[in-house]
Amino acid sequence: MAAPPETMEKIMPKWMSWMKELQDNGYLKAGRPLERSGKLVTGKSRTVTDGPHVESKDLIGGFVIIEANDMNHAIEISHGCPALDNDGCVEIRPVMKLDM
Amino acid sequence: MMELSEHLFRHEHGRMIGVLTHLFGVHNLALAEDVVQDAFCRALEVWKFSGVPANPSAWLMATAKNRALDILRRERTARNYAPELGHLLQTEWTLSPTIDELFKSQTIADDQLRMMFTCCNPLLPESSQIALTLRVICGFSVEEAASAFLISQDAMEKRITRAKKVLAGSRTLFDLKDSDLCNRQSAVLRSLYLLFNEGYHATSSEIVVRKDICLEAMRLTSLLLHNPTTSTPATCALYALMHLLAARIPARMDEDGHIVVLKSQDRTQWSSELIAEGKRLLDLSAEGTELSEYHIEAAIAAVHADASSAAETDWEMIISLYDSLMALAPSPVIALNRAIAVAQLEGPLCGISAVEEIADRDRLLHYPFYHAAVGEMQLLAGNCAIAMHCFDEAQLYSRNASEKAFFKQRAEVCRIIEMEKSDRCIPACQRE
Repeated sequence: MAAPPETMEKIMPKWMSWMKELQDNGYLKAGRPLERSGKLVTGKSRTVTDGPHVESKDLIGGFVIIEANDMNHAIEISHGCPALDNDGCVEIRPVMKLDM
Repeated sequence: MMELSEHLFRHEHGRMIGVLTHLFGVHNLALAEDVVQDAFCRALEVWKFSGVPANPSAWLMATAKNRALDILRRERTARNYAPELGHLLQTEWTLSPTIDELFKSQTIADDQLRMMFTCCNPLLPESSQIALTLRVICGFSVEEAASAFLISQDAMEKRITRAKKVLAGSRTLFDLKDSDLCNRQSAVLRSLYLLFNEGYHATSSEIVVRKDICLEAMRLTSLLLHNPTTSTPATCALYALMHLLAARIPARMDEDGHIVVLKSQDRTQWSSELIAEGKRLLDLSAEGTELSEYHIEAAIAAVHADASSAAETDWEMIISLYDSLMALAPSPVIALNRAIAVAQLEGPLCGISAVEEIADRDRLLHYPFYHAAVGEMQLLAGNCAIAMHCFDEAQLYSRNASEKAFFKQRAEVCRIIEMEKSDRCIPACQRE
């Protein structure tokens, strides 16, 4: 169920101030919203289906790459994410360090 | 980073819906609503990363336009779109230029007005016309519209769904060159007037949405004034009336959220800017020969605005304006307001006789302010017991908690005065 315009408008400043905060503190390295449409390629047969979230209830709105001291710090930073106010979730995955 | 202007989405909603409905046809209103919703979602997704663009409304409109092009390319033959554009949308050669033409700013502005006129279809009851206007033009959700009208979400949903079905019968937007323009414009003005009133009689300070509909009604009226075809003296008079009434909003409630009647309002709280603008508009509206009920109502509001207190109000002028209003558009509510003015000028007993002379008085029996007005007159005339009964009746028909609390408090005043009277009686009785 989509939110009414007025509600969406109220969410916007929260996002912008959170993103600004990430930027001002030097945490933000990259980030992009994701298109809602996409394809899902599965298995050996390379079956292509419309996706990516036809089967799942999760809708991944976008990603940000942040630089944090450690996992706890990253969790602390995630607390400000406005998606959480809407009962959404933030998944935090450390990017693996590779010595190459 | 750009700040988001307040109510941007609400204000863009009607502009986008207008042009998209022109393109898709009124019967595809749901598709137009999907495209608008989609543009808002996209804005939310993109702007949170990139910040608000320099021209957010142009960004939204361009997004809606691209989405519309996608749909038309993909489903070119799957649906019937606007009949007058039909063949132009069929080939790529004509599709782009046709859409470019539609999304020019003048067409967008006109289409928004045409959509407003389309919503005020005389086949619909007035309550549906204004519900539809709020939903379609102002982008209110069903929930917001329901709370603005103090009805259940379910009832509002049904009202809007039924109304959309009726609209779908017409397929094309109302044409501002239509020979029926004059009648349809009266319906539009009436809807905007009712919309404003719906918000104006909001009495509870926590229901912000009801104040918002006053502002929306004013904004839509100003849109009519921006187009030479729809900028009539009546439109200007309605806009004047809205300003003069809105000026009083700050004084209509006390700090505890209780109603303060006109007579007791702190007039220093009235907005002098809104009053000045209202009077300027009222002067402007005097052009031409057309005298609408909005002219007279605005004139009455202006007389109140000029008076520093209820006592110093030019009641004679107000009564004569109500007489003109009764001649133009008679209604028992107007007759009641006239009677209240008579009571102010000639005393409560004359007011009571004026009330008794109202034709169709029985139509007022469910109107709480009828009972309250008679109550005030009876109280002034010293008939406290009758007055108390009147305020009890008013409570019975009150439409919200603030109204009810107000009438209850007035009934209490009557009871106290009545008790004091009988207290004074006791020594007299004992003397016997």
